[in-house]
Amino acid sequence: MVKKSFRNIYTVLIFLFLYAPIIILIIYSFNESKSRGAFTGFTLKWYQDLFSNREVLKALSNTMIIAVVTTIVATTLGTLAAIGIHFSRKGPFKQMALNLNYLPILNPDVVIAVSLIALYRFMGLDFGLSTVLLSHITFCTPYVVLAVLPKLKQMNVHLAEAAMDLGAKPMYALRKVIIPEIMPGIVTGALLAFTLSVDDFAISFFTTGHGVQNLSILIFSMARRGINPVINALSTFMLIGFFILLLVINRIGRKEEEEIY
Amino acid sequence: MKKVAYPYVMWMVIFILVPLFLVVYFAFTTGDSKNYDTFTFSLDNFRRFLSPIYLEVMTRSLLLSVISTFICFILGYPIAYIIANKRSAKMRNNMILLFVIPMWMNFLLRTYAWLTILGKNGIINTFLNFLGFESLELLYNSGSVILGMVYNFLPFMVLPIYSVLVKMDRKLIEAAEDLGASRSTIFRRVIFPLSLPGVMTGFTMVFTPAVSTFIISNLLGGNKTTLIGNVIEQQFIYTGDWHFGSTMSIILMGIILLVMAITNKGGGDLEGGRGALW
Repeated sequence: MVKKSFRNIYTVLIFLFLYAPIIILIIYSFNESKSRGAFTGFTLKWYQDLFSNREVLKALSNTMIIAVVTTIVATTLGTLAAIGIHFSRKGPFKQMALNLNYLPILNPDVVIAVSLIALYRFMGLDFGLSTVLLSHITFCTPYVVLAVLPKLKQMNVHLAEAAMDLGAKPMYALRKVIIPEIMPGIVTGALLAFTLSVDDFAISFFTTGHGVQNLSILIFSMARRGINPVINALSTFMLIGFFILLLVINRIGRKEEEEIY
Repeated sequence: MKKVAYPYVMWMVIFILVPLFLVVYFAFTTGDSKNYDTFTFSLDNFRRFLSPIYLEVMTRSLLLSVISTFICFILGYPIAYIIANKRSAKMRNNMILLFVIPMWMNFLLRTYAWLTILGKNGIINTFLNFLGFESLELLYNSGSVILGMVYNFLPFMVLPIYSVLVKMDRKLIEAAEDLGASRSTIFRRVIFPLSLPGVMTGFTMVFTPAVSTFIISNLLGGNKTTLIGNVIEQQFIYTGDWHFGSTMSIILMGIILLVMAITNKGGGDLEGGRGALW
């Protein structure tokens, strides 16, 4: 009995540690005072200001544009890559593809960032939205591959063969048999890519040009002069947004399962 | 079917492999960073790195990240164990999800929020004053940087350990019980050794971002807690000496590869790493 209560207390303490800063942020998004000193009174003004703050809205739209484009490209590229890797025979190609996939996951983000700016300068690209996009696609896609590969391994090996024996062309079998089978992995990969893109700072910070700012870069530049509580309000919104997104995806997933059985 | 992977492999060669070669090229040359024609082969950057200032920064980075990794292990193992032993699968999944949700809030902002908790007029000090104690200097030192690392990277330790523990064959534990082993013996001789691959993966997943961070030390650290990540950032963003910055990046990569080689020997499986977050 003592042991059980000890476990519960420990669990609560760990989650308190993880959530303390988030709770603080949410509370301070309702704080009247602009400084992060004391809580002086309840207000909703930061939520109102949010919709008229050009700088913050621009950063938000940049973040979202980058995240959405990255998610679409990374999910497509990564899913096809996982399928190709899965169906290729053991050998140098498979090994090389898997190793290349692990490189950006294992390398620290600073190193990826500096290697990418070296490349962009070498290619003579102008730094800006396009370089940030290329970089985000590069570091997000490996996670999609890692999310999809296990689903391919779980798939019945004979399904695609059966489809092709019955006369389906490979691309048709891919569309109608393989992709529906691995859909949960693809959705997971897409979510992961989206989250990583929204949350990234280091790679965006290095590969962006003048004038293009996403939320992380904006927050970083604000950190010196004090963070505008509008950012707290926005983050509270985004947290709720992500939560709803997850619930919706879970619900769709459950419905699909019900339809199958 | 193999062909559908070609675009991706091409992409990775261009955006991962070629850039890494460029960094190596930069590391072994000097010249005007903006003009590739001026580059000449040189080991000066490595010599410069061996000077006391940079060695001190490197030692500090290693020390702080190793300490953080161990704290993550000490804090993370019990919670992974507790979650893995919950009977209902739904409960387990929800608790693991609770480790992922904080990542939906910008991590700079979450790290920054610690200023409100630890600051001079922060929550902890206000509370201490209320109890009649003196205020403590909780910010801008090694302690606050370690706290930031543990806070940000704890999930990377918990998730791989959890995924190993939850997949463990229960029959092995039952067999040990039937043979009369006590609970602590079972943990020491059966459960813990079997969970080592998860622990090793956790070590890599925490150590790598911790040793290379520049944001945590930037936000929570002071002048005395400059880390190798900060020096690399300075070289690329402000000083413009890409050669020296590249040299330090290469050395950082070398250290991480070394750590990974050690943890891989311990049975670390990278597939259970960050990709297992979902």
